[in-house]
Amino acid sequence: MSEMAVTPTERAATVRDLRRDPGNGMVAGVCEGFGKRLDIDPLLLRIVFGATTLASGLGLVAYILAWMLVPAEAGEPAASADALRSRRNRRAALEVGLGAGCLVVALLLGFREAGLPFSDALTWPFVLVAAGGALIWRQSVGRPGARHADLREVGARQGARPVAGAAAPVAPLLLDLGEADTDSRPAVISRIGIGVTLVIAAAIVFLQMTGALAAATDVALAAIVVAIALVVIFAPFFFGLVTSLSLERAERIRSQERAEVAAHLHDSVLQTLALVQKRADDPRAVAALARRQERELRTWLTGAPAHAEGRWLAGALQAAAQEVEEAHGVAIDVVAVGDAPLDRDGEALVAAAREAMLNAAKFAGDAGAVAVYAEAGKTRLEVFVRDRGPGFDPATVPADRRGVRESILGRMERHGGRAAVHAAPGGGGTEVELVLERRGEAS
Amino acid sequence: MNATGASNTRVVLVDDHALFRAGVRAELDGLVDVVGDAATVVEAVSLIREATPDVVLLDVHMPDGGGLEVLRQVGTDVPATQFLALSVSDAAEDVIAVIRAGARGYVTKTISGTELADAVRRVHGGDAVFSPRLAGFVLDAFAGAGSGRPGPAPFAGDHAADLDQLTPREREVLQHIARGYMYKEIAQRLGISAKTVEAHVSAVLRKLQLSSRHELSRWAAARRMLD
Repeated sequence: MSEMAVTPTERAATVRDLRRDPGNGMVAGVCEGFGKRLDIDPLLLRIVFGATTLASGLGLVAYILAWMLVPAEAGEPAASADALRSRRNRRAALEVGLGAGCLVVALLLGFREAGLPFSDALTWPFVLVAAGGALIWRQSVGRPGARHADLREVGARQGARPVAGAAAPVAPLLLDLGEADTDSRPAVISRIGIGVTLVIAAAIVFLQMTGALAAATDVALAAIVVAIALVVIFAPFFFGLVTSLSLERAERIRSQERAEVAAHLHDSVLQTLALVQKRADDPRAVAALARRQERELRTWLTGAPAHAEGRWLAGALQAAAQEVEEAHGVAIDVVAVGDAPLDRDGEALVAAAREAMLNAAKFAGDAGAVAVYAEAGKTRLEVFVRDRGPGFDPATVPADRRGVRESILGRMERHGGRAAVHAAPGGGGTEVELVLERRGEAS
Repeated sequence: MNATGASNTRVVLVDDHALFRAGVRAELDGLVDVVGDAATVVEAVSLIREATPDVVLLDVHMPDGGGLEVLRQVGTDVPATQFLALSVSDAAEDVIAVIRAGARGYVTKTISGTELADAVRRVHGGDAVFSPRLAGFVLDAFAGAGSGRPGPAPFAGDHAADLDQLTPREREVLQHIARGYMYKEIAQRLGISAKTVEAHVSAVLRKLQLSSRHELSRWAAARRMLD
């Protein structure tokens, strides 16, 4: 399971900047990478590799060596450790297969050069068998320790299904599926598939070249029939296993979702309904409860981020309005145009607006909803709090409202803003206007 | 324009919540003439074609497409009928879409019965009805006043630029509506006649419906990503 002896960093040091480019390449990006490094058209290199392959097979060997030795481009997204491990594992598996094939090619070509009687009928099947066999072996019996660890992990996760006790022919498959939890299942299957195909191809090539294929036809037929029979026997079992697994998983997800929704409804809507029943004789309280619940449920349904509250102008005003609504049972409608993050002055603006809402709720709460309008412009933040109360003359402010006004007007002045109270005598209502010039956001 | 009397205004109510329809019917009882209601888009379309009411109260959100779909299907079949969107606080882009499809205004469901009847009458008389919330949405859509958040950008269309932005006076009127002022009060505060206020609001509505589709949909898309 060891990686190539040369670590990626060492490779990078010796052959600086040389990277395969699998994202753009035709096969493994070798030509693309070399082309980039040498600043020539990769098509030229492809022609060279192709020609040398056809002429002597050397091109293929060189390409495969380059595939194994030249690291892929670093730009590839290595999303997670798992993905990285899986990719490395997959690559290593193919490399082992290709490596085995190459070694055998080299060996046999060497023998042939030395005059030993290795005809094509022997050479190529040997190569295919070596590559395919290496792939299968690596996949099935490679890294036993790691696989067993995976199996234990999978077993623990899936309620310790007795994997080891499965029927013998299915066992290797299951083992591979166990491993597939860290590696993707199709990848493992396709690797085994490649290996099997290579070995079968080798057998056919050998038989074809030695002329034994005709004789082997009957045997092959029998073998195929047996294979089909086996597939028919085991396929339902296998598919049933896969289907029941995915069904089970979907069911689990569904019931989790349901439990979550139920928990939320229980904590919010049902509680509020109970409160509404208890306070049915107080319409204002009921209305306030209903509004609060509506707001909360709406936030939950739209999945609005909770962190927006208190940090941005609109969210902070909504929160303040909600508090005042709950405390005084007065409906407060907040309309916000634009939004802005709050600094210390902004927080003061919100606090002043909250005072104005409290004031309106206390002294004009019987006269209908309070309207709050906020506008976050490029140069200033403005908040208007308007009620439809009896109205008053700012010059003759009652003593008990002075404190409140102090905490509005005084606070805004301290933070570099200003506040004004517009009152329309004779039932027109009162409007508190708060303005805060925005300081340069850069400072 | 037939504004002979309040109780003669014929209204059709479209909403998928039976409870809500019953509530609105009860509230409007005696104030306007509710000639029918519908719970689905299909029902609504045939009812509107058949009854040709003066005003349709239209829910923004319904299972099979909502108010937008009703407006689209009815199209220009009933030129005398006006539409008023009536809904709980919805997403801005949905409300703006219904207005752009031809609704003459938007009020929230928390509106009182008398206010709603008043709004129906005004829509019937050809005026636009902007609730504070709609005024806020429109200001947001046109101005992109948000400066901190990466969001709705100001419209930058060179062509038909006058359709893509509001005049200072229109902005002022909309801001007052958003602040909770009645048209009468706005007229008083700005020193103009109530008719002029109406004219400004109607002009805004026209801009909203005619303005370059591209810019407003970009705003809607940006908005959807934020919410």
